Amino acid sequence: MSVESIVAASFPGVPAEPDDAYPKQVPVLRRLLANPIAVACLVFLLGVVLFGIVGPFVLTNDPADARLELTNAPPGTGGYLLGGDHAGRDIFSRLAVGTGESVICALIVLAVAAGIGITAGLIGGYYGGKFEAVASWLADALMAMPGIILLMAIFPLIGPNIRLAMAVFGVIISPAFYRLTRAMTLTVRNELYVDAAKIAGLSDARIIGKHVLNAVRGPLLIMSGGILGAGIGIQAALEYLGLGDPSRPSWGVMMQDGFNNMYATLLPIVWPALLMALTIVSLVLLGNALRDAFETSASQSLQLTPATVARLRAERAADPAAVSAPPKGAPAETAADLLQVHHLTIAYPTSGDTVRAVVSDVSLGVHKGEVHGIVGESGSGKSQTSFAILGILAPTARILSGEVLFDGRDLLTDPTWQRQVRGRRIGYIPQEPMANLDPSFTVGAQLNEGLREATGVSKAEAKATLLALLARVGIKDPQRTYDSYPHQISGGMAQRVLIAGAIAPDPDFLVADEPTTALDVTVQAEVLELLRELQAERGLGMILVTHNFGVVADLCDRVSVMKDGRIVESNTTEELFANPQDDYTRMLLSATLDAAPLRRPLGQEGV
Amino acid sequence: MEPLLSCRDVHVAFPGRGWGKPPVHVLKGVSVDVHPGETVGLVGESGSGKTTLGRAVLGFAPVTGGQILFEGKDYAKLPLAKRSGMARDMQVIFQDPYTSLNPAMTIEDILSEPLVVNRVPHPKRVVADLLERVGLPRNSGGRYAREFSGGQRQRIAIARALALKPKLIICDEPTSALDLSTQRRVLDLLLEIQRDTGVAYLFITHDLAVVRTMSHRIAVMFGGEIVETGPADTITRDPDHPYTQRLLMASPVAEPKEQRRRREERRRLLARQERELADAHAWDLESA
Repeated sequence: MSVESIVAASFPGVPAEPDDAYPKQVPVLRRLLANPIAVACLVFLLGVVLFGIVGPFVLTNDPADARLELTNAPPGTGGYLLGGDHAGRDIFSRLAVGTGESVICALIVLAVAAGIGITAGLIGGYYGGKFEAVASWLADALMAMPGIILLMAIFPLIGPNIRLAMAVFGVIISPAFYRLTRAMTLTVRNELYVDAAKIAGLSDARIIGKHVLNAVRGPLLIMSGGILGAGIGIQAALEYLGLGDPSRPSWGVMMQDGFNNMYATLLPIVWPALLMALTIVSLVLLGNALRDAFETSASQSLQLTPATVARLRAERAADPAAVSAPPKGAPAETAADLLQVHHLTIAYPTSGDTVRAVVSDVSLGVHKGEVHGIVGESGSGKSQTSFAILGILAPTARILSGEVLFDGRDLLTDPTWQRQVRGRRIGYIPQEPMANLDPSFTVGAQLNEGLREATGVSKAEAKATLLALLARVGIKDPQRTYDSYPHQISGGMAQRVLIAGAIAPDPDFLVADEPTTALDVTVQAEVLELLRELQAERGLGMILVTHNFGVVADLCDRVSVMKDGRIVESNTTEELFANPQDDYTRMLLSATLDAAPLRRPLGQEGV
Repeated sequence: MEPLLSCRDVHVAFPGRGWGKPPVHVLKGVSVDVHPGETVGLVGESGSGKTTLGRAVLGFAPVTGGQILFEGKDYAKLPLAKRSGMARDMQVIFQDPYTSLNPAMTIEDILSEPLVVNRVPHPKRVVADLLERVGLPRNSGGRYAREFSGGQRQRIAIARALALKPKLIICDEPTSALDLSTQRRVLDLLLEIQRDTGVAYLFITHDLAVVRTMSHRIAVMFGGEIVETGPADTITRDPDHPYTQRLLMASPVAEPKEQRRRREERRRLLARQERELADAHAWDLESA
């Protein structure tokens, strides 16, 4: 068989993937500008910068000019927009010059801190080794030093030079950048796309500059807002304490002057304090807005009001198009005696008043002792259906129609009934066994607590039951596993543990959500074998969610095929495999590789 | 025919975690050849060392012994940074299409990066050709990875691997994260590319059904060693090693009657293997 014929044997009935499967990504800047607080902060900060840079050149009054007649003058007198200070100088002019100085100082802090911290963080995080050890030690030492006291101590050395002092402060605060950059670089370093870049022949410098910096820039940008604010605050504090150049106006000097003069008039201290507070608040708020813009998912937790849900339910009930065509094949009679799902519709909000249905008009039934497989691809709604039965849907999910009857009583509208049966008469076997065990407790402690909660037996009784069950699910040394922490057991063992936990309260119904997907093939076969034995032994009804038709063929009595939230076909397993009715089912079955042609060794192809 | 890639008695050991811990021996003398235009399937369970072998060939794992010859030249001890000449000839497709593409870069940036650093002329046009080659619209370069589905992302990863016209692509579980029908389409694409370009694949997977569809020859790994190797139909019809036999019987087939038969067969096989093991053990005791 040649390669050509293998390719030709691919399936024309398989539709191409939709082109616009996922919405276009909105750039961070546009998301940021959609936030009114961010826009207000940006406008204000831009104004402050302009005021500081352009202001000193267009001033009509020299900030050093003292006019005695305007001492402590109220705003607006004698051409002084914000009034005069204790020496009769124009507060507005002095504020403009001081703002310019503050902007420059804040930028010096940021440039020095970011320059040292980010560079060292990138190198240390990417290469590790000695450089990282030394840099981390230095960072720890710097962080242990009290910044402002250090700055006061070096004042005799550098003199009244606030810009140099700010550069020193930049060094002192650089560990903040170093630590953040290093921590993020460490995670990015192990990303597969960095490996791929290395294999493509990119130099380290290029990988760091492009891939790593790209991934870490968001949090660094957010942090920069805080650093700028800190720089402004520290600068003002130093100037206020008199460690700057007292002859030049600045926010700190002006506040100091105003403070000394505050029994005469309050206004001179209000102006610089107000400007400084607003600037720092704007920087912090802008940082928060940036964080929100980077974390898109944060804005996706939409909530629907009860009125909206009621309206959507009514609309759905009135909409004839909402009713699915009945599934092909021979759908399970909804008169099943254990579990019945009728016309279940689950939706998630897409905005304040619209929803997207992930499960639409799904009906199925499970008899006692019957295994019902739900099979479909990702996004088909198969897991959502099982979560609805268990009552563990995400909080934003809304049931728009339908009922889930267990023993004839609705689980959806009757929380008491749900509590009475879940974990007692309905067991659950999850997909990721490790994620469903708490790493900080022993296996035994977790199982024991669950069983006592469900059945009210004593601790000793529960332990005896569980040890017997652990032996039953094929664990060689039950006592040892019982006393182990989850990280001490393998994935296959963890799944056996969870199965033991699920059947411990002697349920009559199990929901298994992809119970073997995370396991190796050989382990999968053992777990399937175990599930079949337990099911037969205890007469369990079961819903088995899977994407694997082999698992269906192995375990299920009946199977429903789901596509885009609807059941397209439902039948007994034998009949569905022998005689699939729906095109989608046929396509899925043909996509399995069991019947795919083998390849001959190279050179013997086409023989 | 001279093999393109020849791993000879490759050992990989990771340093032990903590003071005085012995190193962890992950590969214990693995030998495998890949010829030009050939697909060699590497199959085994998690922890068998199959992914480590792929990473050792790529230069990501500490090779402590043996040779890795690519076109006759030994790369085993050569650090990745000094392999620049090989970059064009050996590429990789990873399992997880969600983390193998940089989320902050457009598709065009991702695809043109290897072209630019290796000074391939007209990168823009080549990118469009590559996208077309893997069945994506020529103009999708301006979009980001997260705007695509899993299958489409894996196509982009394939396009990146193809960008430098390599002679060998290491495929590390390239379809394990995909849906069944998507998997089928991606496998078809890989076969088609092999037909058109004559590229060789070292195809790593845990799925015997995938590996037998893709491979000319199969090597079965177990516990850091290759326990069996041979043509695909021999390995999947008449396996020699007990582990391969178990593996073959383990994956359920999508046909209830056939699966019932296999289930019985698997039970018999396990019982037989257990018996043989017990016999061997008894024999050991006797001879001791």
